[in-house]
Amino acid sequence: MNQINFPVAATGADDVLAFMDDQQKKPLLRFLTCGSVDDGKSTLIGRLLYDTKLLFEDQLAALQNDSRKHGTNGDEIDFALLVDGLEAEREQGITIDVAYRFFATPKRKFIVADTPGHEQYTRNMATGASTADLAIVLVDARQGILTQTRRHSFIASLLGIRHIVLAVNKIDLVDYSQEVFDRIVADYTAFARDLGFATIQPIPISARYGDNVSLKSSKLDWYDGPALLAHLETVSLDETDAARPFRFPVQYVNRPNQNFRGFAGTVASGGVAVGSPVVVAKSGKASRVKRIVTQDGDLAEAFEGQAITIVLEDEVEVSRGNMLVAPDSRPDVADQFAAHLVWFGEEAMIPGRPYLLRTETDQVSVTITDLKHRIDINSFAEEAAKTLALNEVGVCNLSTGEPIAFDPYAGNRSTGSFVLIDRMTNATVGAGMIDFALRRASNVHWQALDVDRDARAALKSQRPAVLWFTGLSGSGKSTVANLLEKQLHALGKHTYILDGDNVRHGLNRDLGFTSEDRVENIRRVGEVAKLMADAGLIVLVSFISPFQAERQLVRELLPANEFIEIFVDTPIEECIERDPKGLYAKALKGEIRNFTGVDSPYERPEKAEIHLKTSGRSTEELVAEIEKYLGARGIIGNYSADSWSI
Amino acid sequence: MNKHLTHLERLEAEAIHIFREVAATFANPVMLYSVGKDSSVMLHLAMKAFYPAKPPFPFLHVDTTWKFREMIEFRDAQARELGFELRVHINEEGVREGINPFIHGSNTHTHIMKTVGLRQALDKYGFDAAFGGARRDEEKSRAKERIFSFRNAQHGWDPKNQRPEMWKIYNTRVAKGESIRVFPLSNWTELDIWQYILRESIPIVPLYFAAPRPVVERDGMLIMVDDGRMELKRGERVEERMVRFRTLGCYPLTGAIESDAATLPEIVSEMLIARTSERQGRLIDKDEAGSMEKKKREGYF
Repeated sequence: MNQINFPVAATGADDVLAFMDDQQKKPLLRFLTCGSVDDGKSTLIGRLLYDTKLLFEDQLAALQNDSRKHGTNGDEIDFALLVDGLEAEREQGITIDVAYRFFATPKRKFIVADTPGHEQYTRNMATGASTADLAIVLVDARQGILTQTRRHSFIASLLGIRHIVLAVNKIDLVDYSQEVFDRIVADYTAFARDLGFATIQPIPISARYGDNVSLKSSKLDWYDGPALLAHLETVSLDETDAARPFRFPVQYVNRPNQNFRGFAGTVASGGVAVGSPVVVAKSGKASRVKRIVTQDGDLAEAFEGQAITIVLEDEVEVSRGNMLVAPDSRPDVADQFAAHLVWFGEEAMIPGRPYLLRTETDQVSVTITDLKHRIDINSFAEEAAKTLALNEVGVCNLSTGEPIAFDPYAGNRSTGSFVLIDRMTNATVGAGMIDFALRRASNVHWQALDVDRDARAALKSQRPAVLWFTGLSGSGKSTVANLLEKQLHALGKHTYILDGDNVRHGLNRDLGFTSEDRVENIRRVGEVAKLMADAGLIVLVSFISPFQAERQLVRELLPANEFIEIFVDTPIEECIERDPKGLYAKALKGEIRNFTGVDSPYERPEKAEIHLKTSGRSTEELVAEIEKYLGARGIIGNYSADSWSI
Repeated sequence: MNKHLTHLERLEAEAIHIFREVAATFANPVMLYSVGKDSSVMLHLAMKAFYPAKPPFPFLHVDTTWKFREMIEFRDAQARELGFELRVHINEEGVREGINPFIHGSNTHTHIMKTVGLRQALDKYGFDAAFGGARRDEEKSRAKERIFSFRNAQHGWDPKNQRPEMWKIYNTRVAKGESIRVFPLSNWTELDIWQYILRESIPIVPLYFAAPRPVVERDGMLIMVDDGRMELKRGERVEERMVRFRTLGCYPLTGAIESDAATLPEIVSEMLIARTSERQGRLIDKDEAGSMEKKKREGYF
């Protein structure tokens, strides 16, 4: 490829080597095209590839064939078909997912991400934007600024893109009118003023006919700026800033034998040399760089973007997810921070629900503790919200299970970004840009107490546990828990029952029955149960707790083996028939909303410690089954100090 | 202090990062080694990524039994020399059924010997991540694919529902039976591959270099007669011509091009003035429009 730049007549080996050397030195610009559907994004990229002569004969022939079959331009070549690579895209004439294309001119190399215009595919647009330096925002001259123009500009700004080209496309369809162009430019600059772009270059173009794409068009002689390609070749790149502090997220500990222990990773910012002092971000332990290892020989120094292996002078503890950093300029290490969040999940984001947070190399559990506000894409106004739905953007506080090392995103895209992953489906459900650490995390330390949980439990001669009864309303949770507590009490065990209905009268009286309130309901009860277990009690919790994610959250709050999930499994038909509180009757009539099993889901436990099938069995039989389990686990029966180790 | 990485240095660093990410996060990864030039580059990068250790995963070759003989020789020599763990899988059912590209056509042969064979091997060893050498510049549907590309338990790809891939943060989580295909060369072009082979002196199968070889002209392609299994049709004759290959696969399905390019600079120079794309030499992409996407959904790379 790249045949335009190559002197076809000269094909000697020396010329080839010289040409290749030249290719190597070209700077790279990564950009994306965005804007509303039908604004001509794919057509523009197809045009750029065509104009820079990057199409082979067989590709051109296939394109002509495709254009006749799917094209929207009559007999003319439809350039969009070059990039819309999926069958569904060609059939529907839309772009679904981001495509990456490569081209080069004598001055620069380019990676272009062609991103979808439909709102439902916003996450794919964000994917393209996360690695881009510049965005071409296309606007149909006939339509002007649309919702998607604003949304994409906003996301581009959010993801740290600093340079915008406002390409007013289809200018041929408004008779190459300067007036139309000027009006759109005025509209755009008015709303983009607050988005923090370093440059906005408006260019009138026709992607279909090639006006102002690679060459300036005579039909647009009133326009005195550059053609698009000339601008892409000359716009100032944000050079990697060598002054930024050294950041080295450790990806992989390389230990082939006893004599070698290297930390492999890619330098995220700054530079490092043999002898440089470094500290381990999370522990603050200091050392010096002994070697910078590569297969091509040790290096004296290394810089941003290089994939290297660092050997330290001292034996310090470093594992994947930690960072080696400059001692005089360290990242934040915190378990609470504020961030902008873009939501990609089909299911809404719910504060309090546990997700996995992944940075470039670290992974921890996380909950959103507070959704401060949602951002309206049209007005950029902050509005109150309880959840974030698909494609919505908000500002949140997050709390992680363990501290992570990070920088604010504005200062470092590599160390300031994260994604959120759904714990059940493993889907990537959100992307975040960290704003700042919350100070309370670093200043409020856990108070270590002298009388510890073991001491308290030993005084009671029992092993604490949380017996978590989950199941539909009317399944018999409370009845079973009640009888079990009586038996345990008779055995001299110290117990307490937390009952769903009772807790809602006090601690949780402010919560309703929406999904987000249910999550918070469980979180609070989980914390209370944890404190009680810490006090040495056997806690019986009787809660519908319909969602797997929250039961898992509580499980992880407690030490291993102390959480015993008991699935009280009664078929819904039976629950409806029993209906001890008359609630199913109301729910089925629509008088109660969000009722589990009726119009709100119950996720059956897959790995409950005890699966209690209640049909046809008496309460005594069910309690006996639980007691048998507790006996086997040493929670009841002959207590001795040895049984701790179970 | 600062330094600008060259284009190839950037691509190399990105690929090494990807290799390490997989080794750090998957329980049982594998590299699919197809013996072609892209595989040679991948192998070279994998050796770099874990130096001074060896790559902490095996290399799998799905052998269709119709590869060029020189490819098999090269494969075994590389494994011996570099000391990586090579596993070879052949779809024995396909062999028993006598699947033959000359008789059954490229579609059936590729599906049974390559796609099904690959799925068998992945299931047999329970690999949860597999490196492939696909590049986004090769084909339209590949331009759409993520670097970490999720596959369901049936090895299928759902192009309309890909995980967002933000920054350099890769979601490597899979449930039992599911897997990820990983493409460290996603952002490389054919020219980058050749430049890198030249810069790093990476060994490649000699078939890439022009030499006099016995070929037959069939359906507009030059097919090399690599063994006695190729039967001549009426009017066909074997000729010795100066040819080389731009891509390598099963010999009955891989067209040669006439060329005098016998050195790397000559190959690059020839490529710079080429008028057709490299996949044109492959029969399997031409069977029907969108055929690559279809194969990928079924579990082909």
